[in-house]
Amino acid sequence: MSFDLAAIRAQFPILSRRIGNAPLHYLDNAATAQVPEFVLDAVHRFETTSRANVLRGVHRLAEEATAAYAAARHTVAHYLNVPAAEIVFTGGTTGAINLVARSYGELLAPGDEIVISELEHHSNIVPWQLLRDRRGVVLKVLPVRDDGSLNLDGLEEIVTAKCRLIAVTHASNVTGGVTDLGSIRAAAKAVGARILLDGAQRAPHGPIDVPALGVDFYAFSGHKAFAPHGIGALWARRALLEEMPPFMGGGEMIRTVTMERTAYAPPPHKFEAGTPPVAQAIGLGAALDWLMKLDWPAISGHEMRLTQRVLDGLPSRVRVIGPTGLQQRMPVISFDVAGIHPHDICQLLDADGVAMRGGHHCAQPLMDRLGLAGTVRASFALYNSEEDVQALLGGLDRAIHRLARS
Amino acid sequence: MTELYQDAIVALAKSATRAGRLQPADASLTRDNPLCGDRVTLDIRLDGARIAELAHRVRGCLLCEAAASVIGAQAIGKTAADIEAAERGVRALLETGRKDPALWPGLESFSPVHDYASRHTCVLLPFETLRELLSQAAGRNTP
Repeated sequence: MSFDLAAIRAQFPILSRRIGNAPLHYLDNAATAQVPEFVLDAVHRFETTSRANVLRGVHRLAEEATAAYAAARHTVAHYLNVPAAEIVFTGGTTGAINLVARSYGELLAPGDEIVISELEHHSNIVPWQLLRDRRGVVLKVLPVRDDGSLNLDGLEEIVTAKCRLIAVTHASNVTGGVTDLGSIRAAAKAVGARILLDGAQRAPHGPIDVPALGVDFYAFSGHKAFAPHGIGALWARRALLEEMPPFMGGGEMIRTVTMERTAYAPPPHKFEAGTPPVAQAIGLGAALDWLMKLDWPAISGHEMRLTQRVLDGLPSRVRVIGPTGLQQRMPVISFDVAGIHPHDICQLLDADGVAMRGGHHCAQPLMDRLGLAGTVRASFALYNSEEDVQALLGGLDRAIHRLARS
Repeated sequence: MTELYQDAIVALAKSATRAGRLQPADASLTRDNPLCGDRVTLDIRLDGARIAELAHRVRGCLLCEAAASVIGAQAIGKTAADIEAAERGVRALLETGRKDPALWPGLESFSPVHDYASRHTCVLLPFETLRELLSQAAGRNTP
């Protein structure tokens, strides 16, 4: 296999649009990646030929919709190298983590401990704070070093015998740094704690051998992985899903309902109350099916070359937050421009067609820890190009020249 | 785009009129913009119902700094009602792009922000913070 950037880019109609007089340089993939035409086609095909509710009807459309929904689940499972019955469709990573907090959280007792980190996205902080307030569990936090890396030196002191769950990011949405799972696995195993990984930033960059990660929960979003908004997935082993109570009641998640009691459907349906986002799931399946056919060593090399070009080309007044090299990182680069707010940088770069994210990236505790209002973040996907890097670096130079006070 | 960062706005931000902290202050308030992490801290001293002295510290974007700088230049001697009127004026400018004749000097520079809805809160945050601070100082409930 090989990697044909032009052919990849041709699949994404939005990449040919212009922002004013400039071509679009889309570098906000860590927030939302773009959708290829064949994913839109798959969604359109379903909606125009087989749209129906799933797991309910016996008519032809219902059968086709149910089969397509099940096929999408199989594709997600294949992407993560796990059984399909262990994939729960959710609205995204946030929905998946909230599911665990609401459901697995019911199995926890007051005084049980959950460990998160300062590096987390709000979606891996707030659900645990809500659980703490609801159930009386204790929330403990792994610290971050001044350079934005996760400090695991005190792991054994923080992860005590009372720890029931360590919930951390697989790769930071701010720094791009990939979490060192070895020591976290060891600490969790020593006390019998489970591990949840927020895979939102890892999932768009190739299939994941989740069983090899040695974790208990894995969550990711479709919209960062070239699929529609509003779909994502949670993986957990069947036995764990069976142990967990349902967190939301309604149709599809039941086996039998009487006015007195309800028997629940087995996982994963136990956690999918109500009519699911069928078309979005089909879109996710189409996107992941495509990703599995690509040459990931070649694509990773491409993404890392672009990352290195940015790291090498940033002006001297810029400080990179997180990894400054290519080891243990995703193609996500955050930086602080001394004396200039990220929104001002991003607003000026928008005039050059460069779409980047500036702000706290839903990681306010990390920004507080680093003493920053926010960072400028460039995040690459497989369709980004050298021209995107040049537009970023050129626009950044112009923005700094315009806004610098010294 | 460059009109958003026109010289007048950049100059307002750089002038940083009454930037800093006021010690001692009669009242202080810090408010965040959850969208972008902008943070404004205002300190005031009051002479009756009027602002006798004011200082602002902004950890925010250029638009937020520039708006705070306008407040620093214009708010001394003003009452809570004056500040509410000023906030209404700047809010109307952002929402409609039209300049009210009573608009504080300097605020007309913000008219290009009208086209950038996501940046309205950057300009409004210092005004909202000051209104709330005065309301708290007067012992009134905020709306």
